[in-house]
Amino acid sequence: MKILVCISNVPDTTTKIRFTDNNTAFDAAGVQWIINPWDELALTRALELKEASDTSIETITVINVGPQSTEPTIRKALAIGADDAVRVDAQAPDAYAVAANLAGYIKENPYDIIFCGIDSSDYNGSLVGGMLAEFLELPSVSSVSKLDIEGDTVKMNREIDGGSEVLTTPTPFVAIVQKGIALEPRIPSMRGIMMARKKPLNVVPPAVDEALTEFISYELPPSKAACKMVDAENVKELVDLLHNEAKVI
Amino acid sequence: MAATVQFEAPDHFLMDELYTDEHKIIRDSVRDWVNRSVKPVIEEYFEKAEFPSFMVKEMGEMGMFGPFIPEEYGGPGLDFMAYGLIMQELERGDSGVRSMASVQTSLVIYPIWKFGTEEQKQKYLPRLISGDIIGCFGLTEPNHGSDPGSMVTRFVDKGDHVILNGAKMWITNSTIADISIVWAKDEEGVIRGMIVEAGGEGYSAPETHGKYSLRASVTGELVFDDVKVPKENLFPEIKGLRGPLSCLNSARYGISWGAVGAAMDCYDAALRYAKERKQFGKPIAGFQLQQKKLAEALTEITKAQLMSWRLGNLRNEGKATAAMISMAKRNHVDMALHIARETRQILGAMGITNDFPMMRHMMNLESVITYEGTHDIHLLITGAEATGIPAFY
Ligand SMILES: Cc1cc2nc3c(=O)[nH]c(=O)nc-3n(C[C@H](O)[C@H](O)[C@H](O)COP(=O)(O)OP(=O)(O)OC[C@H]3O[C@@H](n4cnc5c(N)ncnc54)[C@H](O)[C@@H]3O)c2cc1C
Repeated sequence: MKILVCISNVPDTTTKIRFTDNNTAFDAAGVQWIINPWDELALTRALELKEASDTSIETITVINVGPQSTEPTIRKALAIGADDAVRVDAQAPDAYAVAANLAGYIKENPYDIIFCGIDSSDYNGSLVGGMLAEFLELPSVSSVSKLDIEGDTVKMNREIDGGSEVLTTPTPFVAIVQKGIALEPRIPSMRGIMMARKKPLNVVPPAVDEALTEFISYELPPSKAACKMVDAENVKELVDLLHNEAKVI
Repeated sequence: MAATVQFEAPDHFLMDELYTDEHKIIRDSVRDWVNRSVKPVIEEYFEKAEFPSFMVKEMGEMGMFGPFIPEEYGGPGLDFMAYGLIMQELERGDSGVRSMASVQTSLVIYPIWKFGTEEQKQKYLPRLISGDIIGCFGLTEPNHGSDPGSMVTRFVDKGDHVILNGAKMWITNSTIADISIVWAKDEEGVIRGMIVEAGGEGYSAPETHGKYSLRASVTGELVFDDVKVPKENLFPEIKGLRGPLSCLNSARYGISWGAVGAAMDCYDAALRYAKERKQFGKPIAGFQLQQKKLAEALTEITKAQLMSWRLGNLRNEGKATAAMISMAKRNHVDMALHIARETRQILGAMGITNDFPMMRHMMNLESVITYEGTHDIHLLITGAEATGIPAFY
């Protein structure tokens, strides 16, 4: 069995977000880049599955659609333990471009389980996994919070309103994973970092180089207003403020 | 405590542009490990004066012991810059944790790798690197600290073994060590190094209690009362003070990086606090007196970061002299201690509690400024280098 983990290169979650070009582009100056947290957990689960004695996973490959500047993030995935990596050499401006380029590669190089994170922590589109499965004409399972392999079938838990759903699927398929898929991401060891030097990182040309989305402008959410303290005795003032200032009652 | 886990490293001179992607992955990995395994528990271990032994296994798994040791002996084969960055991040967590790792790497693994026989390397290096066994380094004696050349620990040749007598004091890891690297004089008074396995007849390692510093690190004695050491445990070639001093060089190099980590931790915690804490209607970060402390800390950290990076390159090229390393150790530790004191004041009363790391770093750094050559002795090393006239005695 061969596993592919799609990894997105995203700004560190503590990054202070700024825009340039009249609020039409994200300002990447000084930004630290990381593996999208869900993708990192997906990779962790893939490694756990490979290490388990009762599975027969041959390789774990990571794939990223992005320019050369994403390679440190890909190297980190190799240092964590992926066997090899693919970078589709494209800018990936929207979910369509990412999914279509992933599909272009996977059609030529099939995998049994394709992991995607439920969203990427930068644009929160939640689109790539579903689109990718459609392009590949494969089944997909979303909101996967637990995944085990039993023989040739894969058993999963999906988060649904108020509980979780247990289901199985034959391979190949796309698993769109979220919180719970693995406990904590793995930290690369020094040996892993050294070994990553020798692991293959194949750069392939893009299948498509167009985007279907036009980004018009960005804006930051309004900053939170200061907290107003109301004396516990003064219910009248509280009601008054809720009525006239917050206008919530 | 949460205040320090959300660490943001000061990088005023864009040092990140000077490091390779691999060095940054190394640093960030150790940083993540410290945030996950050290920061949440270190104050508790420090307070209880207990060694967090679970960390040894984790550090071994992470490959933090002997990072520059080649693969043939079980190491990851990284460079000295990587070693420096690992020490920086460990000491951002705690000087005691860094001390444990420094001793294991520079004072135990390093001499076996440099001076040991092939058999000694095969026998000990892989297990030291994985953290399966712990080592310590016995040079200092009750009556010989800054002047180790006058040591009185001795051994006599008995054919296939030697008999060792004497006592070592202030030994990091002593009570938990499986092996110690002991420096002692032969019958002609020549200093030799040997690997002494713990627990044999006549061997004891009592703990030193009552430390206000490095409380999460073990310090103790090594007492040898007619201890039998097999001849094959002696380092074959190295003779004189050159042996222990080259280990100290490696350790001091790591300490110089470590101190920068402690300073960065204090600075980061104080900066965050100063921006949040309000007095007289505005954040205390807006007052000139607090800005002086923060601005000077940032300046000193930046200078030290540049010096460390340069020293790392020189050490990789085999050009870092003992005097250069000495200067960096002296400067950086003093700088870190000063920053710990100044940043503690920024926090007012909060600064004296264990909700913040300054007091712990400050107390720890009192050891760091003393061991591996005191602040004074390092000044004399630089003085001798500058003038050509040694003033040690
Ligand atoms: C927590 C801790 C851990 C340690 N771990 C180890 C270890 O693992 N292995 C090991 O071998 N040792 C270890 N040491 C010992 C350490 O290296 C010594 O404490 C250090 O070398 C200083 O020696 P001393 O304490 O005997 O001080 P002394 O040498 O007695 O010095 C006392 C004072 O006199 C000054 N002084 C000495 N000589 C001169 C001079 N010529 N000119 C001017 N001033 C001078 C010193 O600077 C100092 O201020 C450790 C120490 C500590 C505190």
